[in-house]
Amino acid sequence: MHELTTTRSNPQIDPSLHIWGWEIPVYLFLGGLVAGIMIISGYFLFKGRYKHSYFSCFWLPHISLVLLSAGMFALFLDLEHKLYVWRLFTTFKVASPMSWGSWILILVYPTLLASTLTRVPPAFQNRIKLFDKVSAFINQRPQLVKNIGVLSMIVGAILGMYTGVLLSALGARPLWNSSILWVLFLTSGLSAAAAFVHLITDDKYERELLAKADNGFLIFELFLFAQFIIGLLSSTQVHQNAAHLILSGPYAAVFWVFVIGMGIIVPLIIQLLAVNHKVQHTPVAPIMVIVGGLILRFVIVDAGQFSRWTIAGF
Amino acid sequence: MARLGMVIDTKKCVGCMDCVVACKTENNVPEGYNKDWIVQETKGAFPTLTTEIRSERCNHCDNPPCVSCCPTGASHVHELGKVVLVTKNECIGCKACVASCPYDARFIHPDGYADKCTFCIHRVEKGLDPACVSVCPTHCMYFGDLDDPNSQVSRLLASRKNHSLMPEVGTQPRIFYLR
Repeated sequence: MHELTTTRSNPQIDPSLHIWGWEIPVYLFLGGLVAGIMIISGYFLFKGRYKHSYFSCFWLPHISLVLLSAGMFALFLDLEHKLYVWRLFTTFKVASPMSWGSWILILVYPTLLASTLTRVPPAFQNRIKLFDKVSAFINQRPQLVKNIGVLSMIVGAILGMYTGVLLSALGARPLWNSSILWVLFLTSGLSAAAAFVHLITDDKYERELLAKADNGFLIFELFLFAQFIIGLLSSTQVHQNAAHLILSGPYAAVFWVFVIGMGIIVPLIIQLLAVNHKVQHTPVAPIMVIVGGLILRFVIVDAGQFSRWTIAGF
Repeated sequence: MARLGMVIDTKKCVGCMDCVVACKTENNVPEGYNKDWIVQETKGAFPTLTTEIRSERCNHCDNPPCVSCCPTGASHVHELGKVVLVTKNECIGCKACVASCPYDARFIHPDGYADKCTFCIHRVEKGLDPACVSVCPTHCMYFGDLDDPNSQVSRLLASRKNHSLMPEVGTQPRIFYLR
């Protein structure tokens, strides 16, 4: 036998860590979604689609500004010492992923703003003179538009990676301590963003293209999940225990049904049929992908907090 | 610079919790929270069971993940004895340090900042032992400079079998338990 009893019962710590509630998964999901949107809209800018469509090059970055602000508000709500939040921006700690993240988010806003100004719809012209001037300046320089597109893709990729690195840097939680997590969250963010554009764009070309792209992202995500789980199962006992939390433990039902089944496999089948013109495009598959991406963050954040190094002692 | 650490003799500890009460009183620890606590670990198969009673707290690790993950520098290594501390008016309450500690030694104080054992730095600055050490009725706790080979803690570690908690995590804890 091996029995441990403790007199400690600190709130949010015992019997298992539960310091992060809904705010962090929502923040990580919205951060990943915006990262994916930035990569997609950056690609469209790079390819010159801003000449044909207002949606991907104007509305998407605008929507991203709102989504990212909502995500940052969720993060702000999570802080326990809210009045001191400005401390994040008075220092830079190289070893702290959260410090990197706060400065990356500062880069994201001007990048999104530059993207929105590449093509302003007529309804929004002649309202703010400065924006009109900047927009005209950008439009006269096609190479600058391409550069903004590349910048948007790079900053988006960094943002998407950061949402995974934030967790995987915390080695005390075996489930998060995986080198796959950043690429898994980046791919999930891309998949949710492709589904999001697929869902709301009025451009047939973009809808078809992003449904195809999303199928690729979903297949790659399945491959990454396999890598993530195999990596944990082939590691130490505590990492194996962490993997079993989502494979057969208390988080298994949500993981298999909502993340893998409803979030990846079912929408993948529907979208494969849709892109092969066997069924029509409907909002069902993209909504499932988006909800699956959100639930993935909840499962990973919650199960990660539950996982611990207790095998060698309390 | 000294490297302060603690040695606890599990052969003497009876789990009376005087150290816990002393800490709560000395550091004004809020009701329902603990900066130190008692763990009783029983191993083996009947009739050869062994029980170890330990007084546990922040391990003031040499390689503290709570310090490296802190985005504001609120969690830091103090120049006196390399004690790991939190500056409460620099802490934003992001809880990264709480999640990064494999010992779950930290908690969020009701006032919003991360809190934990300080080795009673305010007493150590005056040349006193931490409150938990000074009140222990069985004198099972020892406090001193681990880098000084002539200190009591170094001599105990050199002469007795000992272990730290979860050395495999790689944080290099500075609290040792004599077997």
